[in-house]
Amino acid sequence: MGASTITMAKALNNGLRAAMERDPKVLVMGEDVGKLGGVFRITDGLAKDFGEQRVLDTPLAESGIIGTAVGLAIRGYRPVCEIQFDGFVFPGYDQIVSQLAKLHYRSQGRVLMPVVVRIPFGGGIGAVEHHSESPEALFAHVPGLKVVACGNPVDAYWMIQQAIECDDPVIFFEPKRRYWEKAELDESDRTVVLPLFRARVLRSGSHATLAGYGPVIRTCLDAAAAASSSHGQSPIELEVIDLRTLSPLDLAPVYDSVRRTGRLVVVSEAPSEVSVAAEVAAKVQQHCFYSLEAPVLRVTGFDTPYPPSGCEQDYIPDLDRILEAVDRSLAW
Amino acid sequence: MASFLGFAEPEPTPQQVIAGLRATAEGGEDLVQLLSPEGERVTDSRFEPWVADVDVDRLRALYRDMVLVRRADREANALQRQGQLSIWVPLLGQEAAQIGAGRALMPQDMAFPSYREHGVAWCRGIDPTELLGIFRGTDHGSWDPHATRFHLYTIVIGNQCLNATGYAMGQRFDGRVGDGEGETGEATICFFGDGATSQGDVHEGFVWSAVYDAPVVFFCQNNQWAISEPLERQTRVPLYQRARGYGFLGVRVDGNDVLATLAVTRWALQECRTGNGPVLIEAFTYRMDAHTTSDDPSRYRLAEELELWKLKDPIERVRVNLVRTHGESQEFFDEVAAESDTLAARLRAHCLAMPKPKPERIFSEVYAQSSPLLDAQRDEYLAYHSSFEE
Ligand SMILES: Cc1ncc(C[n+]2csc(CCOP(=O)(O)OP(=O)(O)O)c2C)c(N)n1
Repeated sequence: MGASTITMAKALNNGLRAAMERDPKVLVMGEDVGKLGGVFRITDGLAKDFGEQRVLDTPLAESGIIGTAVGLAIRGYRPVCEIQFDGFVFPGYDQIVSQLAKLHYRSQGRVLMPVVVRIPFGGGIGAVEHHSESPEALFAHVPGLKVVACGNPVDAYWMIQQAIECDDPVIFFEPKRRYWEKAELDESDRTVVLPLFRARVLRSGSHATLAGYGPVIRTCLDAAAAASSSHGQSPIELEVIDLRTLSPLDLAPVYDSVRRTGRLVVVSEAPSEVSVAAEVAAKVQQHCFYSLEAPVLRVTGFDTPYPPSGCEQDYIPDLDRILEAVDRSLAW
Repeated sequence: MASFLGFAEPEPTPQQVIAGLRATAEGGEDLVQLLSPEGERVTDSRFEPWVADVDVDRLRALYRDMVLVRRADREANALQRQGQLSIWVPLLGQEAAQIGAGRALMPQDMAFPSYREHGVAWCRGIDPTELLGIFRGTDHGSWDPHATRFHLYTIVIGNQCLNATGYAMGQRFDGRVGDGEGETGEATICFFGDGATSQGDVHEGFVWSAVYDAPVVFFCQNNQWAISEPLERQTRVPLYQRARGYGFLGVRVDGNDVLATLAVTRWALQECRTGNGPVLIEAFTYRMDAHTTSDDPSRYRLAEELELWKLKDPIERVRVNLVRTHGESQEFFDEVAAESDTLAARLRAHCLAMPKPKPERIFSEVYAQSSPLLDAQRDEYLAYHSSFEE
């Protein structure tokens, strides 16, 4: 096969296609996912090739999308639901929390819920309200759900297939402003594949650790590159960890890293109060207490509704804010 | 790749294509119309009396409204293309539905829009410049919903139907509805699209308003498309017929006919004002442009459909009627065209001069009673931010 340069959007599309080819029970459903191929074209071409019975342009109702996916799953299907934008998942939240998350538990394991809910999340595309939110904590807080976020095209390709193969419901967050970022992907190269619920160390470094997920992964890598080549002063080497899985969290690589660096900055676009970043900070201080040289710091969105997009460059954690936190950590 | 498991969609036959076009272009026999696409008056004894006051001056005013909102819409669309707005939601083709409904409102009425109701906003006295902030990313709506009696745009499909119903319940609880309240009673109007009719919030709005006799007019602009999904993805029956199942009246009006829309909406609001609400209006119309500037309709609909609908243009039929029936002079049309160009120029100048919002905006007005935690977060960020300015 060989490697080719591919965007995250196309990687997800290829991943969906591969899963659909492998298992005829896999369905794609959502608003505008058919002929249009989804507003981000993630399902482009699937309706044409797999037909209307496997790619469902549903009526405009998220509760309906999730609720019928639950029913289809009871019947033995593996639905992949597309929520058009993060801010529109809430009409479906009841079905997610009350049925999707709990059916396996309530049925004492008799009913499987292999449903994937794909949600493009995060800001940075200059959108109007409700199109730029980071609601992952609202799902990570719900027992019974598994929550993941991809951070690059290669992971996107594999993670979407793994999520579809998972017998538990997976809320699958896709960093929409990174859809058009490219990477080399060789679909036959399985050496790059990690189990779905594992974090990944992307860059090693000895001075401090950055942990994040989704859209800020690119920013963290850029920050690490900038720190490493910093002008004249002695370079700072940052270890960068892509958490990938938000529930269950896989913090072993973070503990391992923090035990070496003694410093951790958690980066996320979501508000910081009662967040995934807060959970990471709490666990790290518990497990790495004697290794920490500085308190765990968080660089996040603010505890406000997502602002008008004219302010989003101030809202979204950027390279400067990350490096400023690293400096504070190092100076502690 | 060929079909997997043989589910490939067969290409439609030409007959199916034509049948499909007809179905979306013709409103059927229940369609209320007072002005045909050719600009001729249609008799309708039930609804004509509701526009008996519309003389040539008032017809001119409706024409002017439609031309101005279309011009503002086209200018905003162009501003988006030129990178001055991040997105624009066009109203092209829906001018009559929105001006008809908007001009039917009395000052005391309340309106709950979705996100495409630029024409209704106009009728509520909201200058088109005030819409720009949402689409340029400087605010989430700049007007005062109380002062204008025009709620903020609602983007989450269907949410506003319950909010409008609650507001209308309040109008009733406050004694503003009932037999004695003919002209002075209050009513609420709620706008949403054909796609929205699938949302639970819309159905719940129907249930609530029926149970509480809420004075709310549900004004559904059926523009035939919810982004890429045609109406049959949402319903088996014509939408106006849904009202019956909830226990109130539903009317389908030609949404490209400003007179009919004005008449039907006046009637419906009056029903509500006098305690006979709710009412559902389905304005049968067409989204002549893309869903938004981010959308590419060529991926999912036929160009022929648009051509068919161009023959039903909402503005053209009023122009023809003014000329043929009232002998309107070219001078009037030129004046309106000139006025619309002035409006467009003003809209553009305003847009280009809009300042970028300050970072303070992120933190302002989150709560009615300030939160010390958030205040601290703001102060910390602003201090950090100003360290770059020095
Ligand atoms: C709850 C929710 N889901 C999805 C969307 C994305 N979306 C925006 S507009 C739209 C289609 C709406 O169609 P319709 O109700 O017919 O109104 P129109 O845009 O045609 O005026 C969709 C799916 C949304 N805004 N809110």
